[in-house]
This record gives sequence, C-alpha cells and structure tokens, in this order.
Amino acid sequence: MNALSPSTPLLRVEGLEQSFGGVMALAGVSFQLDEGVIQAVIGPNGAGKTTLFNALCGFYRPSAGSIRFAGQELRGLPPYRIAAHGIARTFQNLQLFFNMTVIENVMVGCHLRARTRWLAAALRLPQVRREERQLRQWAREALTLCDLADWAEQSAGALPYGLMKRVEIARALAARPRLLLLDEPAAGLNDTETLALRELIARIRASGVTVLLVEHHMPLVMGVSDRLLVLDYGSVLAEGAPAEIQADPRVIAAYLGGAVHYAV
Amino acid sequence: MRLAGFYGFAALVVLLPLLFPNDYFVIVVGASAGLHAILAVGLNLLVGYAGQISLGHAAFFGMGAYASAILTTRFGWPGLLALLAGLLVAGLLAWLLARPILRLRGHYLAMATLGFGVIVHVILVQATDWTGGPDGLSGIPPLNLSGWTVEGDLQWYGVIAAAMLLAIWLSLNLVDSQIGRALRAVHGSEFAAQMMGIDTASAKTRVFVVSALFAAFAGSLFAHQQAFVSPDSFNLAVSVELVTMVVLGGIASTFGAACGAIALTLLRQGLVVFEDYEMLIHGALLMAVMIFLPQGLFVGLGQALRTGLRRCGLGRRRDRHRSLSTAGVQDPGSPP
Repeated sequence: MNALSPSTPLLRVEGLEQSFGGVMALAGVSFQLDEGVIQAVIGPNGAGKTTLFNALCGFYRPSAGSIRFAGQELRGLPPYRIAAHGIARTFQNLQLFFNMTVIENVMVGCHLRARTRWLAAALRLPQVRREERQLRQWAREALTLCDLADWAEQSAGALPYGLMKRVEIARALAARPRLLLLDEPAAGLNDTETLALRELIARIRASGVTVLLVEHHMPLVMGVSDRLLVLDYGSVLAEGAPAEIQADPRVIAAYLGGAVHYAV
Repeated sequence: MRLAGFYGFAALVVLLPLLFPNDYFVIVVGASAGLHAILAVGLNLLVGYAGQISLGHAAFFGMGAYASAILTTRFGWPGLLALLAGLLVAGLLAWLLARPILRLRGHYLAMATLGFGVIVHVILVQATDWTGGPDGLSGIPPLNLSGWTVEGDLQWYGVIAAAMLLAIWLSLNLVDSQIGRALRAVHGSEFAAQMMGIDTASAKTRVFVVSALFAAFAGSLFAHQQAFVSPDSFNLAVSVELVTMVVLGGIASTFGAACGAIALTLLRQGLVVFEDYEMLIHGALLMAVMIFLPQGLFVGLGQALRTGLRRCGLGRRRDRHRSLSTAGVQDPGSPP
C-alpha cells in the first residue's frame, strides 16, 4: 500500500498562503506529516486551523504554496478529486446528511469505491444489486469500527450529538482514506465520550490511517498525538512532540491570557 | 419486498379500466393524470432528491411535445423517431443549461429556471413559422408503435399507464442505488458530498438532464394523444403546477410525486364546476398542506397512519424514530 520510501512524508505542505480580502489567514504555512502518525494542529481561535483544513481539502484555493500528498501535488484540485487521492475529513459544524439513515450516510462515504453508473442503476442491472450488498457490507465494517453498528438503521438526525460526530468519522473512514482530517472531534462531547473518542482515534491509527486533527481539548490532544503543530496568526509557531510543545515559551506566551490550560 | 408498493400500484392502474371501461373520468382524466405523474416523478428526482428547484420544467415538456408535433406534421417523421429527437433536443439543452444554472442556489436558481421557462414559452408563441404561434399545431398523426397505431381513449390510457409505470420503476431504481444516495447527499450537504468524492456539479447536471428527459418523453406522448399542441400547455403556470404536484405528494418520494400529480389532476377536474374559484381553492389547499402536512399529502398521511397504528398497539414499534422526511424537507438551496 505504501509506495513511498520511509523518508518521504505522506503530506508535505510548503509555503501555503491563503488570504481573504487582504487578511492573511495562512501566511506561508509549512509542515510535514509522516505516514502512521497522529498529529494535532492547535492554536488560539483565528489562528488558521480550520482554514488550513479547508485549504488542504480544496474548499479554498490557496494563492501560493504547495500541498504534496503521497508524492502528488494537490493544490488547486477540487475537493472531490482530493478525496480520490485518499484524504477524508469530518467537519467542525456537523455536515451529516440528515435526510438519510446512519448506514446510508456511511454508504455515501463509500462513494469512491462505487462503480454504479446512471443507466445501470436506473435499470437495476445485476451488478448494481451486487454493489448495493458490497457497499452495505463496507459501511457496516466502518460502523462496527466506530461502535455504531446498533444505530445503523436510525435516521441520522435522530441521534444524540456525540453519536452524530461519530457517524461523521465512520463516514470518512468508509472511504478508506490514507489521511483522515478531524476538525474539532471533541467539541461538544462529554468526558466519557471524549475518552471513547481518544480510544477510537488510536484504533483508527492502528488500522493504518494517518490522522491530522484540529482540537481545543488539551488533555485529548496531549494524550493522543505523536506530534503537535502550533499555529498563530496564520503561521507555524512551533512544531514537535507534545512534551516539547508544552515547554516551549513561545507557545505559552501565545496562549497566555486565553482560557486554555494544559493538563495532561 | 423492495418493489411491493410498485406492484400494488401497477395492479390498481391495470384494474381501473377493467372495472370502468366506459367511464370518461377514469379513462381520459386517468391518462392525463398519468402524463402528469411522469412529469412529477422526473421533477422529483431534481427537486425532492437532489434538492434543486426548477420553475421552468414545462419548457422541457413543451420541447418534447413540439419536437413530436413539428417533426411528424411538417417532415413526416415516424412518431417514435420524433420522440427520440425530442428527447435528444431536451436532453442536450438541459445539459448545456445545467452547468451555469445549477451553480445558483435557492431563490436565484428558481429565478433562473423561471426565466428559462418564460423564454421557451415566448419562442413557442413567436416562432410562428415553426410552431404555429399562439394557435398551435394541429393534425398531429396518431402514434404508431411498430405497426400498432394507438387510437381511442382506452388505448391511450394503456400506453400512458405503461409509460408512467416505466418512469416510476426507473425512478425507484435510481433512488435506491448509490446514484440516489449521492443525490440525497447533494441535498443534505453539498460540502460533505464533495468530500466523499462526489462530483456535485456533475451529479446535478445529470439529474437535471434526466428530469428533462422524463418531461420531454411525457411531452411527446401528450402531443400525439391530444393531436394538437399550443403554447398554453407549457407556460409558467404549468411549471408551477408541476412543482406543486411534487410538494403536494411528498418531497423525495417517488410515489408521493406520482400521487401528488394524480391528486392535483383529479382535483382540477373536480373543480371545473367551480371554474371561477378554481385558483382560489387550489391555493387554499396548497397552503393547508404546507401548514398541516409539510411532508406532503402522501408521505404525511402514510406517516400519520403508521403513528395511529402504533398508538393502538399495532404495527412495528420503532424507538427513537424521527421521520426521514421531516429532516428531508429543507429549503432546497440552503447553504451548509
């Protein structure tokens, strides 16, 4: 599966710039991400974390810089082509398909692996029936990985908030991505749910998926991440292992006065 | 069984003319309702499932009708060939139009499609040399299906019923596949749909083309059945009525759309007596449905029935159930 040499990072971002009407939301962000790592992106509100995610996914068109993923340049590609390269994500504001059941949501996540064409689907050819069964099977696997198998046939809109967030993760995993972007997965979760999330993220990594997450919940970030990337005013303030970041005076200064306190 | 409802409906459609073979209301109004059902089922793919809006769908209906009318009367084409040409023209135009127009959302999309419908209607009225202008085209020969000429109300009922069942079957299949889920995903969150690898622009283009094809198909049949076409059958009021049918029956439900079309056609016939008040009753009914059964008549009543059964201790109990369709009814263009 991995055609890259051990020294080549899965993702290499260089000099990424994104401006909104003169405001530089990303002012030349560079970092890299090795395969199999869990890396967190932290920083005060407005530091550019979600902007970075949206730029990586193709929702924004960065004005400069490069995004090399598994050796290929992604900058300028539309989101659906970036997804095809093996990047999946969840959203800070839930973007579930509330007009579908849980398993249907996750089956949409399998879209990149589906081959059904319009005419074949309209005529319900045998291969379409086979594919329906196959997609359902794949979706069930993703649901099981996320402990959601019991909720498969529920309407997505009827779930409690914590489970909705989990469905988003299952849906993203159903695409079998190489890189999973989690945008504030713990926001709005209670302590038990956050603990379960931490365990789930570790399980996802164990299944061979690299994880990049934006998160404000410091115990989770420090507990689950191998590497941290600190953004401030659209640039990289620091990068390193959690212990190094916690000791970094620049990071402490950036957070001073904020409501965030480290506690591991 | 997946298609149990479909077979039940088909049985009813076949049974009706056997029970009432000489009943004008059943045979003639039934055929008209069937044509409207084809239109509504096609439009429902676009409006109900993909969450887009078209207030100009009568234009595609008209294109199919006029393609058949012009090609058969002026050029002597066989009916089936003219029908295919109508599909081609409508499909091609829909495809050309879809990319620029479906970038718009909500009210803007509604206005743009409305404008398109008005333009086509104006052309039908003004291009007198081709279309016969406001007087329309008459003398359209009966449809000939490889040797069998469709004649008489009963035969037309049969042809239109078969066409309607085909349309419903195709729509049910499409919806119940990855294609249908992708369309609903576009409706639910275009943002997330793209991130799942769905080329949303392409999906919207295709569903627009498909619904235009359904409309053009109905148009060709209509032209032959009536043997006469005029621009009045394809004006803005008709476009609005088609959307009403979809909403009335229940958005994002193939049978809902079909039943909405049938109900509205019957209602109009029933209201002929109150000619002057037709629009008034029509409007009041639509308001009442929106207020009391926002999921639509068909879907809403079905749900009320199930809830009622459950309250009486009958039927399957489903805990934590919230209706799909309640969540499904969103403003078609609402941003993520």
